[in-house]
Parts: sequence; C-alpha cells; structure tokens
Amino acid sequence: MKRIYPFIFLIFTACLYACSKDVAEQVFEGFQTPSNFPAPVYHFSTNKVTQTGFELGRKLFYEPRLSRNNTISCGNCHIQSSAFTQHGHKVSHGIEDRLGTRNSPPIMNLAWSPLLMWDGGIFDLDLQPIAPITNHAEMDETVENVLNKLRGLPEYKALFKKAFGAEDITTAKMVKALSQFMVMCVSSNAKYDSVMRKQGPSFTAEEESGYALYKTNCSSCHTEPLFTDNSFRNNGIAIGANNDMGRYPVTLNETDKYKFKVPSLRNLSYTAPYMHDGRFATIDEVLEHYTNHVQATQNLDPLLQQNGTTGIALTASEKTKIISFLKTLDDRAFVTDRKLSEQ
Amino acid sequence: MKRVSVICIAALAVLASCKKESTPPEFLPTDKGSIEIEFDNVVGSDDLVLNTGAYTNAIGETYNITKFSYYISNIKLKNEDGTEYIVPQDESYFLIQEDDESTHVAEIENIPAGNYTGITFTVGVDSLRSAADIAERTGVLDPATGALDMYWSWNSGYIFLKMEGISTASMMGDFMYHIGGFGGYSSATINNLKTITLTAPTDNIATVRKDVTPEVHLFADAGKVLNGTTNVSIAANPMVMFADYSVNIANNYAGMFKIDHIHND
Repeated sequence: MKRIYPFIFLIFTACLYACSKDVAEQVFEGFQTPSNFPAPVYHFSTNKVTQTGFELGRKLFYEPRLSRNNTISCGNCHIQSSAFTQHGHKVSHGIEDRLGTRNSPPIMNLAWSPLLMWDGGIFDLDLQPIAPITNHAEMDETVENVLNKLRGLPEYKALFKKAFGAEDITTAKMVKALSQFMVMCVSSNAKYDSVMRKQGPSFTAEEESGYALYKTNCSSCHTEPLFTDNSFRNNGIAIGANNDMGRYPVTLNETDKYKFKVPSLRNLSYTAPYMHDGRFATIDEVLEHYTNHVQATQNLDPLLQQNGTTGIALTASEKTKIISFLKTLDDRAFVTDRKLSEQ
Repeated sequence: MKRVSVICIAALAVLASCKKESTPPEFLPTDKGSIEIEFDNVVGSDDLVLNTGAYTNAIGETYNITKFSYYISNIKLKNEDGTEYIVPQDESYFLIQEDDESTHVAEIENIPAGNYTGITFTVGVDSLRSAADIAERTGVLDPATGALDMYWSWNSGYIFLKMEGISTASMMGDFMYHIGGFGGYSSATINNLKTITLTAPTDNIATVRKDVTPEVHLFADAGKVLNGTTNVSIAANPMVMFADYSVNIANNYAGMFKIDHIHND
C-alpha cells in the first residue's frame, strides 16, 4: 500500500510538468488544410510556411514601426479578439486617428481568398501590406523607410537570417514573412466544423433548423465551408453617402458598380459591425435588411430579385433559427490561439 | 608631259580611293558588345526643362511639367539581316525619370555584335511581370524603392507613364496623368501597354562591336502626351488615373518616340 504513493506522486508531477510546457515547444506543423476545407489558392510553392518565417511575420504583424510615427501596426486594426477586425469601428482608424472609408475585414482564411480587399483590388497576399503601409489614413509610411528601420535593429537582422538564411532585409522577404503569418490565421474549429467533421458535437434542434434555412436562403453566396464564394455582389444596401462603388474603380466595368466581396459568415459574434462601411451593428439589422430593405440599385444581385420581389422572405422565428446556426460558426479557439497573438 | 600624266593618274587614284566610303570594321559572330539608348525628353522642338519650361498644347492651354517618368521594357533590337535580338527580360526594365539624369540612358550589355537597324520596346510593365511573384520585382520594379511612386497599391499594378505639372487651365491649379492598366488579372480591364517600333535612318544604323558601343539617341516628345489622336484639354481633364479616358492619353504617347541619330563611337 505505501509503495504506491511515491508512484502516484511521480505521475502527478510528470503531468504537471507536461501541462506547464510552453505552447511554443509544440511541434510546428506549418500550414494545414482542414479536412473539411477545399484546397487553398495561395502560392505556397514560392513561399512555404516555416516556423521561423511565421514567427518573423507575426512579429512584423504587431510591429508599429510599419507606420510613419511608429504607433500603428497591422494589429491595431486587425485585433485578434475581434477575429482580426477592428471591433466597434465602422471604418478603420489609422495614424493620428485618421479615418478610412471601409470596415476592416478579418485576417482569416486568406489562403483561400483569390482576391483581397472589399473591392478585390489586390490579387496576391504578398502585395497586400504595401497598401496599408503607404495609405495616408492608415500607416502613412513608405516601404523603403520600414525596411531601413528594420535594418537598423539587430533583432530583425537575426530573425531575417533565421527565416531566409541571410541578414539582408528586402521588400520580398518582409512581405513573404507577413504572408506566412497571415495564411496561418485559419479559422476551422467552430462548432459547425466539429459537426461536419463528425468529431462528436451535434447541432441542437434550433441550430439544425437554422442550418437548413441557411442552405436555402444564404448558401448561394455564403457558400460553405468558407461561408463565402469569394465573388463580388451588390446585396441591395442603400448607396452610401460617399457613393462607394466597390469593385468598379478597380475594373472600370459598368457591371461592377456597387459590388463588394461577399464576406465570410464565420466569427460574426466577434467582427461587428457589418458591411463594407460597418453600417449594421447587429446581425438582426443585417437580416432585417435582407427581409425588408433590399433596394434595386444598379447591379443588384439577381439572387435577391426573384419571382418579382426583392429580398429574402424570412419569419421572425426563422431569423432566430438562422442566428442560432450562425453562432455555430464562431470559433473561440481562433480568437484565443496564443500562437497568433502578439508575443 | 609623261610626269604630269603620272601625277594626274596618281592624283586620280588617290581621289578615287578617298571617295570610297569607309566600311565598318569586321566582327566575329561570337563577339559581344553594348548599346546605350538615350531617352532625351523634349517638348516639340524644345528641350524638356522641368518646372521652368513653359509649353502650350494643341488646345491652346499653357502648362509646365514638374514630373515626367515612364517605364521602358521588353527591348528588342532588329538586325539588318532581319533577325531580332531579344534582350533578356530581367535586364530589360528601365524607369526613365526626367528629374534623375542618371536614368536617361538605358545601357544594355552582352549584345551579339552586328548592325542594328531598328528597336522595339514596350512603354510600361508587361502583364506577366505585372502579375508576377514579388520576388521577381526587383530594382525599378520593387514597390519599395525603384517603383516608389510608380505603383498602385490599391489596384495592384504599375503606373506606366506619369506626367504632372502646373497649369492655369486647371481648376485645381495643377494636372496629374498617371497612366497604367495591364489588362487585368482576374477580369479584363483597360490595357494601356504600348509597343513602339522605331527604325533608324538608312545611313545611320547602330554598329555594335566588341569595342564599339553605339549610342542611340531617342527623343520622347512629352508634348505628345497631350497632343495626338485626342487633343487633351487640361481644363476638362486635369486628373486622369485609372480611368477609361487614360486610353486616349496612352494612344497619344504611343507616337511620342523617334530615333533622332545614332553615334557609333
């Protein structure tokens, strides 16, 4: 009898030790495609994700020196607890509190996004950082100044050497490191995913009804499992005071006027407010728009004008069920994953 | 008498040999040399002088030019034997900036020796490179440095030609023409890439030798940005960037280049 106590004590101590092991010591697996997701579109062949590249990219993501006066980092407008959006802000606030014109989209599942920004103006994630860095209302800096600042810091020279084999800091290496971080911001562990992957949990009756209603009314545009088909559409919201024409300035195609990228429905509990200009504070308002306020503006999506009516017909009870289902797309693991946080 | 004849014949012989045109030195097919292409920016018959030069367009509006920059790429040299030498693409991107004299001459090395009668180049950055991986955008194509103010971050692509200046015709006081558009990545958009082919005068071709570097002196008439198939009014169009109207300006400047002369030194 007495002999077993030290044994139990040893096991207990071993367990404590295992639990206290730092997250960073876990094996870095690089980019993984979740089993219920399609193949990614990002060009991994020219930028494979490595642990050192990812860690450098993470550090750069939270580096305020990317801005002219060293106050604004990517993480300022893309806050992890808001699924990498700027919670509570209709439009982004940048350097010196300057206001942009659009709501900050989540850094989420970008490896599956062929075109970036609400208007699809950027076609390669590697080119993305150049836009906020040089934008007057965001970071108001030049890429060259950023590179020079980094070159003056021994810690960055060392990190670039670890990630790319040499100390020299170039445009390409900096943006590729940032991409390595951003593509790792994968949200695929919501309750919905566990259900779809048959990992144990089941939808409640209300969630199940909501899922069916979603499939009938929403899935043509907000297609699973990414909950967007990555297309550009006009969903009938009233034309904004600034007459933002969305994709039109990027293509000059008349048929692109007032079309914006279909956003994902994942993590809506964290990413309010909604729409390209953040005009809707709640999902209730969004659904209210679809049932009662769809306007036949130029290029209104055909899916929202069927059978001689505009919008989507939903009862109050159906809306409640849909909202229940949408909550199963919230991924708490994503917004708390320490690996994606500022270290 | 005989002596005079001999002298006359000798004199004639000398004269005859002097009349003979001097032929270029011979070369081996494996010889390599260089060529320098100078982009001399002018406005009509005047030199382009930034800020102080005063110019008038076809509409009658006066203006000065404070900035004039353009990308040249995909250079090909036409050999007198009909073949074309294509300069390796990576060595073929140049950004000519009026305000930086060091950029006015595009030097190209490792060219097969030969007699060249013409040149073809693109004004702008071709579509493949415009969509290429960032690692292939170095030097004048690097958005951080070389392409610093010639790159649209919000609509991924380069500004092919930029001309800015001051004019009382403009309500804003100044004008800005930023012309780009490579045809679009995922959907078709305007394409302002222009291919320019120029032929040297028949008696003034470029002779590339291992020890002879021809200098091809091109004129680029900035006045032709505003005058051409469409005469641009600064008053009506003071700012043209990524817009349908930019097509008119690109069509204009497609005609602004000519070979003025070639030095074979």
